[in-house]
Amino acid sequence: MTFKPLDRVGIAARIARDIPEGWFVNLGIGIPTGVSDHVPVDREVIFHSENGVIGAGPAPEPDKINPYLVNAGTQHITLRTGGSFVHHADSFAIARGGHLDLCVLGAFEVAENGDIANWARKADDPTKQVGGAMDLAIGAKRLWVAMEHNTKGSGESRIRRACSYPLTAKGVVKRVYTDIAVLEVADRGFVVLDMVEGLTRRELQERSEAELYWA
Amino acid sequence: MIDKFVPDVAAALAGIEDGSVVLMPGFGNGMPETLLEGLIAQGAKDLTLVVNSGGRDTGPTADLLASGRVRKLVCSFVRADSVAGQQFAAGKLELEIVPQGTLAERIRAAGAGVQAFYTPTGADTILAEGRETRVINGRNCLLEYPIFGDVALVDAWEADRWGNLTHRESARNYNPIMAMAAKLTVVQTRHVVALGDIPPANVHTPGVFVHRVVHIPA
Repeated sequence: MTFKPLDRVGIAARIARDIPEGWFVNLGIGIPTGVSDHVPVDREVIFHSENGVIGAGPAPEPDKINPYLVNAGTQHITLRTGGSFVHHADSFAIARGGHLDLCVLGAFEVAENGDIANWARKADDPTKQVGGAMDLAIGAKRLWVAMEHNTKGSGESRIRRACSYPLTAKGVVKRVYTDIAVLEVADRGFVVLDMVEGLTRRELQERSEAELYWA
Repeated sequence: MIDKFVPDVAAALAGIEDGSVVLMPGFGNGMPETLLEGLIAQGAKDLTLVVNSGGRDTGPTADLLASGRVRKLVCSFVRADSVAGQQFAAGKLELEIVPQGTLAERIRAAGAGVQAFYTPTGADTILAEGRETRVINGRNCLLEYPIFGDVALVDAWEADRWGNLTHRESARNYNPIMAMAAKLTVVQTRHVVALGDIPPANVHTPGVFVHRVVHIPA
């Protein structure tokens, strides 16, 4: 039997299915940014962008761009009716202060104890993409991660017993959505909640460095 | 009569000294680009630049860095292929990477007179190495200090002669908190309005935090 991994849009759509009406949600740069495209407009979810936007809406029509309104990826967006703006310190009070029901971040690696590494590949990495990830990771009520299960080149598992890259935060990840599975981070480790059709338990375990448990 | 308007950029930036800590807002928009160009022309050097991101290989931040006047960069994000990344790799630029929320709060703290605070952000990371941490309410926290600016360069949409400001949409970002955190706050505004024209409840940055305003029309 064969299986088909989700593409990046597919991962975003899978996450969107699990976000209920009423949640206040921050979406990180990368795969998570696409999540809001898959939440139906009649399901009211309020999206936060850490540059001070509460109620971020979809991209505008090209002739309706407002140059003063961007998201954390500096892409042009719209504001949903009911939305508002705050300054940067208040925006991160939202992030750090436990006001977000959910944050979805991209990552290089997630460990079975909930550690996340997503800002540098080594301590002296010339690219230092901390941004707001450390504040969001420790502050949101729930942290979910969206990433490919394995690295592109060597196929190494991003689902780890322990992270090998510099940490963003310790013990904070609750769930991981990959291109082939959905994993819950529980006390005993990674518990598989969902897999793409056609994938076997053995194949999923082979692609995961950490030991997997079954719900 | 209080009138904070100055005639031009040179007057707005007069007296900025070598070695100053310069607070510069901006996140995709809301960056005081004309004042930044003016700072390059003004010539102050040995600066510490506090800004959200180290920028790219072109643009206002890159231009200021490329002018060689910045000794130290304090920011949350640096790309390897940017001017900042290249200067750091070549040993020409001191770099302090600060998580974005901690950066904003350290600036806010400076404006608010808070002399230090503990935050869980970054406490379990290599950014905490060699620094004071403490468990508070069961959480590991990192001691952080305020960032006091000598100068803040601020972008506004409207300003009146008292220096009351509004900012457009997400162009607000760091502008109100940086305005509070510096000894000298200099504003470039797109529009000049009469005192009282901004409804009092809609003032985003009160004029008491502002020292000089220069009108830079579109």
